[in-house]
Amino acid sequence: MADNTVNLTIDDKAVVAPKGMNLIEAAKLVGIEIPHYCYHPKLCIAGNCRMCLVDVGMPKLGADRKPEIGSDGKMVVMFGPKLVIGCNTTVADGMVVLTKSPKVVKAREGVMEFLLINHPLDCPICDQAGECRLQEFSVDYGKAESRFVEEKVHKPKKTALNAKITLDDERCILCSRCIRFMRDVAGQDCLGFIQRGSHSTLTCYLGNEPKTNYDLNIVDICPVGALTSNDFRFQQRVWFLKQTKSICPNCATGCNTVIWSREDVVYRQTPRDNNDVNQCWMCDYGRINYKFINDPHRLTTPSVKSATLGQRVNLTWPEAIRQVVDKLRAAKRDSLAVIGSARATTEELYLLKKFSPSFAAYIPRVGTGDNFLLNTDRNPNAAGAMLTGFSSDYSVIADGIADGKIKTLIVLGEDAIVPELLAKLELLIVLDILPGKTTEAAHYILPGVTFAEKSGTFINAKNRIQRLNPAIPPLVGTKPEHLILSALLAELGGKRYATIQEVFADMTRDVPALAGLNLSKIGDSGVEVKS
Amino acid sequence: MEFVVITMAKIAVMLGVLLTVVAYTVWLERKVCAWMQDRVGPNRVGPFGLLQPLADGLKMMLKEDVLPRHITDKALYTLGPLMAMVPALVTAGAIPWGSQLPLFGRQIQCVVANLNAAVLVVFATSSFAVYGIVLAGWASNSKYPFLGGVRSSAQMISYEVCLALSVVPVFMQIGSLSLCHMVEYQTHHTWMIFMPWQWPSFLIFIISAFAETNRTPFDLPEAEQELVAGYNTEYSSMKFSMFFLGEYAAMFVMSAMMVTLFFGGWSLPFAPFNRPATTLWIGLAHVAIFLAKILVFLFLYIWIRWTIPRVRYDQLMALGWKIFIPLTIVNIVFVGIVLALWGGR
Amino acid sequence: MLVQRPKLTFWERLYLPQVLQGLWQTLSHIPRKKFTRQYPEEKPPLYGKYRGAPELVRDPDGRVKCVACQLCEFVCPPKAIRVVPGFRKEGASDASVEKEPSDFIINMNRCIFCGFCEEVCPEEAIFLLRDFSVSGYSREEMQFHKDKLLELGGVREDKIQKWKNK
Repeated sequence: MADNTVNLTIDDKAVVAPKGMNLIEAAKLVGIEIPHYCYHPKLCIAGNCRMCLVDVGMPKLGADRKPEIGSDGKMVVMFGPKLVIGCNTTVADGMVVLTKSPKVVKAREGVMEFLLINHPLDCPICDQAGECRLQEFSVDYGKAESRFVEEKVHKPKKTALNAKITLDDERCILCSRCIRFMRDVAGQDCLGFIQRGSHSTLTCYLGNEPKTNYDLNIVDICPVGALTSNDFRFQQRVWFLKQTKSICPNCATGCNTVIWSREDVVYRQTPRDNNDVNQCWMCDYGRINYKFINDPHRLTTPSVKSATLGQRVNLTWPEAIRQVVDKLRAAKRDSLAVIGSARATTEELYLLKKFSPSFAAYIPRVGTGDNFLLNTDRNPNAAGAMLTGFSSDYSVIADGIADGKIKTLIVLGEDAIVPELLAKLELLIVLDILPGKTTEAAHYILPGVTFAEKSGTFINAKNRIQRLNPAIPPLVGTKPEHLILSALLAELGGKRYATIQEVFADMTRDVPALAGLNLSKIGDSGVEVKS
Repeated sequence: MEFVVITMAKIAVMLGVLLTVVAYTVWLERKVCAWMQDRVGPNRVGPFGLLQPLADGLKMMLKEDVLPRHITDKALYTLGPLMAMVPALVTAGAIPWGSQLPLFGRQIQCVVANLNAAVLVVFATSSFAVYGIVLAGWASNSKYPFLGGVRSSAQMISYEVCLALSVVPVFMQIGSLSLCHMVEYQTHHTWMIFMPWQWPSFLIFIISAFAETNRTPFDLPEAEQELVAGYNTEYSSMKFSMFFLGEYAAMFVMSAMMVTLFFGGWSLPFAPFNRPATTLWIGLAHVAIFLAKILVFLFLYIWIRWTIPRVRYDQLMALGWKIFIPLTIVNIVFVGIVLALWGGR
Repeated sequence: MLVQRPKLTFWERLYLPQVLQGLWQTLSHIPRKKFTRQYPEEKPPLYGKYRGAPELVRDPDGRVKCVACQLCEFVCPPKAIRVVPGFRKEGASDASVEKEPSDFIINMNRCIFCGFCEEVCPEEAIFLLRDFSVSGYSREEMQFHKDKLLELGGVREDKIQKWKNK
């Protein structure tokens, strides 16, 4: 027995748990769930929901300080007269815990009945339905019918907590998770309970509504539908949504996320647990910034700027690839430059770099950060761009165009060079998702896809390589950029890559920092790369 | 020249009447079937659904003529339905429809071809129908039609024998193979069906006729449960309807044969219907009598179809070869003895 | 197992008496009463629990009962139902319900009339009523939208109105 662990028994299962761990976490180690509302592993313990009550006992010790053995040959356990809450009881050596004894079940049924007394029957219109802890435990410990015949307490419904969040106080079960989150994690002590007893109401002080960049996390941690996100309100029921593990592309932190999509539409993003990156939070800026995926202005067909017609002509993909390849063959290689976005995946940047040995740059993107999750570097993959040979000094390319050294430019998802300079280019090929100044000037537009439609990797500010997964199929008419680039390279005499794995395998060969990695080694939570 | 014109006119009229009757046999079949099953039957197109055959015909013509891709010999495939229908129509030409029609100062014989070996012609041509079915089964190049075609040819060849042998006693008594002579004989004496020694002949003839026309209970070639639709599975549109028409025309011709051989053809056993017509009206009445008698047999065909289940294939062949063929030969001898002792001309 | 074939008498073996008996049977049916129902003119009687096409109903106050919970969409075996959730109008008498379908589409080509939607509905807003011959000239026409479904469903008289005092 190591010094910092303890041995205990939970529901006849032997558990070895670190000292100081509470019973809910210890039970989780052996796959036993102790139901709870107010407890949250990343928040301080309040212990006010009383749902995690468990039966705790210690072996009866004889006069020789050894456990007494009963007549049935088993250890005699002395259980406490009252149940204790699992969240605020730390493990102790020899402890015996019962999480499903009749006494415990009876207590939970009592707690559930009290919670449901004033809870409205809003499930049909409540966005939480389907991922509601109250619903889940009501199935386990609830009664089919209520014994409560009096009028329920009415509290404010449909109140705007702030511009992002709607508060329904009738649904609130007073767990205080949101209060603790705002106070301890987000750093704005703004929420609290007023009134007493059944009339207790969650509210914020006047003029002090939540206004941090992390407000929407309280919607995630709210075990019921009291706090709902206006962005997701009444959009779709959660049981229809497919969950895809992804990475937030909005800053260099690279928060782990889940993309919730149905058919071809992304409905929301939520944070995913990763203690090395974002714990279980994400910022509102990143969370809300996914609307461009379903933007109606998305580029959906390859096109060429026709000199004779003076307007854009749509092309089929094979035709576009053929024409671009012909043009690239004619272009001089030392006058060719590439601009890669550091919002693109490492694989795409790796392929893009192959077009130009001399000029490759990405556009740095700097914003205000905080000391929590939002990084000042708003590019999710600047480290990846640097690893694959892109420099942050894109003025070299602008100068090159200006003095005529660069005549051909391939731009991957950026809009940084001024149109006057772009007009001087003999050939401008743009891979992008939305129209902009650069696509307007482009001779060829090859429409790509958003982060939610492709696989690939990002390397964050702490040199952690993490994986994107496609949540929805590419918009009709578009192609993932790594396929476009590899098709062009193949026509120009390079290798043809059919899958992202093949690209990654070649990349690990060429980029020393990535040596020995593959996509499954990166896994869902990423690995740190040597810098 | 005059002969050609008159014959062409006769052919035209005969075909018109025949095809109309055939079309309405289909209507009758559906109606009778419905009544027997306590239903109403076609009643939407025209009064009592009388325009149903027209609607059906129109539908058939407008349908897509599907040529399945696996058919390699298109010529044979097309020949199949033609061969199934044409013989039935040709045989109708040898059957006397009435006595004669005094028209435009001429006595017009109510038969397209007054042949002295008409019976042989009828049997010979009607056997051609089997080629249609065999060709269809073969050219369809698919298993169900093929099995249907094989069954059909075996069945028709088997029953061809009893069909011909069963009526030999009739010729023995009459001493001629001309159908016109047969009717004439029956007007002078009495109908064959009233002579008890001819009853076995009639019974065998009628059963063989059912087998020959592939009608229930002998509709083995198109046994749906085993063969999908049998030889016509791969056919659609007008090609399919030709098989359909061929079947009903064959029924019609067989009924006409029964009427002519055993039921006195166009005659009735009293004046003025028991001798060749002298006026146009009586001539037309003869035709009507003939058609009415046929109608009775057509009804019999339909009635039996909606009553009796299909026999098994081995039963069919056993019945033909083991019972009917010996029986017909015995019957020939028996009638021969009867005629030698009590009858004769 | 050996099946004993019944011993047939001579008359039975002759087959003909049975044939004649059968012929009489079919013939005797010809004049009998016919059971055909002349369908489009003569409608069949529908009984109490008849399950026709699913339709949306309004409550006695004329309020749309459906709150777009999408359970019917979830439970629908052939995936014939598609609900587009939306908001109730602010300030309307039924604003306390908050949610309503901005569109409710039933693909009648797909619907199998199973009644799961009616069974699952927590608001008693969808019922399989008595329309059984839903037909149209195009697939588009067979997509029944919210307005059409509400019109077909009409008003349902029931006493429970749980949103009234919210």
